[in-house]
Amino acid sequence: MALLMQEDTRFGLDRKTRLLGPVKLDSGAEFAPVDIAYETYGALNADKSNAILICHALTGDQYVASTHPMTGKDGWWTRMVGPGKPIDPARHCIISINVMGSCMGSSGPASIDPTTGAAYAMGFPVITIPDMVRAQALLLDHLGIETLEAVVGGSMGGMQALSWAALYPERVKSAVVIASTARHSAQNIAFHEVGRQAIMADPRWNNGAYYGHEAPSSGLAVARMAAHITYLSEAGLTEKFGRRLQNRDAKSFGFDADFQVESYLRYQGLSFVDRFDANSYLYITRAMDYFDLAEPHDGILAKAFAGTKTRFCLISFDSDWLYPTAESRRIVHALNAAGAAVSFVELSSPFGHDAFLLEAPEMNRIVDGFLRAGEQS
Amino acid sequence: MSALRPDLAIIAREVRAGARVLDVGCGDGQLMAALRDTKNVDARGLELNAHDVATAVSRGLSVIQGDADTDLAEYPDGSFDYAILSQTLQTTKRPDLVLDHLVRIGREAFVSFPNFAQWRIRFAHMFGGRMPVTKQLPHLWYDTPNIHHVTIDDFRSLLHDRNIEIEGQWFLSGNKPRGDRFANLLAQHAVFKLRRK
Repeated sequence: MALLMQEDTRFGLDRKTRLLGPVKLDSGAEFAPVDIAYETYGALNADKSNAILICHALTGDQYVASTHPMTGKDGWWTRMVGPGKPIDPARHCIISINVMGSCMGSSGPASIDPTTGAAYAMGFPVITIPDMVRAQALLLDHLGIETLEAVVGGSMGGMQALSWAALYPERVKSAVVIASTARHSAQNIAFHEVGRQAIMADPRWNNGAYYGHEAPSSGLAVARMAAHITYLSEAGLTEKFGRRLQNRDAKSFGFDADFQVESYLRYQGLSFVDRFDANSYLYITRAMDYFDLAEPHDGILAKAFAGTKTRFCLISFDSDWLYPTAESRRIVHALNAAGAAVSFVELSSPFGHDAFLLEAPEMNRIVDGFLRAGEQS
Repeated sequence: MSALRPDLAIIAREVRAGARVLDVGCGDGQLMAALRDTKNVDARGLELNAHDVATAVSRGLSVIQGDADTDLAEYPDGSFDYAILSQTLQTTKRPDLVLDHLVRIGREAFVSFPNFAQWRIRFAHMFGGRMPVTKQLPHLWYDTPNIHHVTIDDFRSLLHDRNIEIEGQWFLSGNKPRGDRFANLLAQHAVFKLRRK
């Protein structure tokens, strides 16, 4: 089987395919053609029961455990995915998919619209988290994978994992939802709106039609800076930077980056614009803001999971104020009411929302045990 | 698997095979794992301590981190065959309300607790003149999770007030079963099987 897989060009690093059918969007439209960029690690077993889908966050990508082609950095979740890790290519067939709307190979606003020969830009349809998941399901059809051993994701990846369980309960045996939420709060939407307005206020944005010209990098950098603050905790920022000055002994009485925290944020903003498309940032933040899993169920979240056989594992972090523990608890209560098998832990970390991407031995221990228990049943 | 604590062994013995069980204050899931492995029980747990939850989940159990005092209200009526509260009642803020939830959520409930009227404790209190520190209750008064010490007679009186029926009762001293004669004086631990009248 492993030999067969090597010859199967659908599997491996840096894959891309065009989905056979259109994706039916929540907006009512049907969208085609849709290209999907993805990677797989490890081999599918004989009964195709070991597939694990990893879903990425807002600015993440399919390079979960392989070198990023633009930054040259290691994959973004090598602490969770890799040899000897809870999600292990020796045991699992791991699939990671660049979400629709993004800019790392899957169809997004920077893709060429075949009807015009130019980039879609603002002509790209407004999509939702469930739309992203529908496109992923079509990719799994293409890979010949009917059932997932698990869908695993943090942050927006967790929203996808929840949507998978709600949309395709029969295709998901287990779902791992980390530092996530079943809906965007007013505060979440507010922060995203700041980011979007920063992009749109950049004159180079030009109503999205900047492809072939200079990109609205200043606006996108500010958007990233604002968002980055929400990924860290106040205590974490204080510990890392305090009021320390950047490469100087005294305040400049000007508007240079006097403080280390300013310099850090500027760097975060600048390095981001090299790898991310501003319009993708608009579309994906919009999808997150539209996310409310209970909305199609009269506002009752438990109904989204009625009769589910999927096992759930939720993890939150005590210093995460972007998607605080209360949001995970709300999901847990809904799953309890739906009679689902659910586990939940709030872990302690000083690192805020970003904690799920960092070293967290307790998180790994939980995910490992949860997945192994699912493999036995 | 290590041997179950004696009060848990009694509960494990009494739970019907294939039942749905909620273990409130499940610790690292020892009882749940035993019930799952020996009686094919569908067990769910609630536990306050994050490390214990992590251990239980890594054993493949479905456990939620939460607080018996605040989170039991979320569980629907009669959603489990049994609700279990072992060695946890004395640590809750409102044992009476927790008890009400147990017999609401479970069609039957098991409650076990250390008996604060056992003669050694009475002696320690009477002659030592200080809060008793025993093998069963090893904590100093200022640093103990046990904030509502209870005796077997107190518990029976609460059951009466709350209109809760006793379906079974077991008493232990020195980890060995003993009869219910003078249980309030002689038993170190009590296990009750309860049902709402």
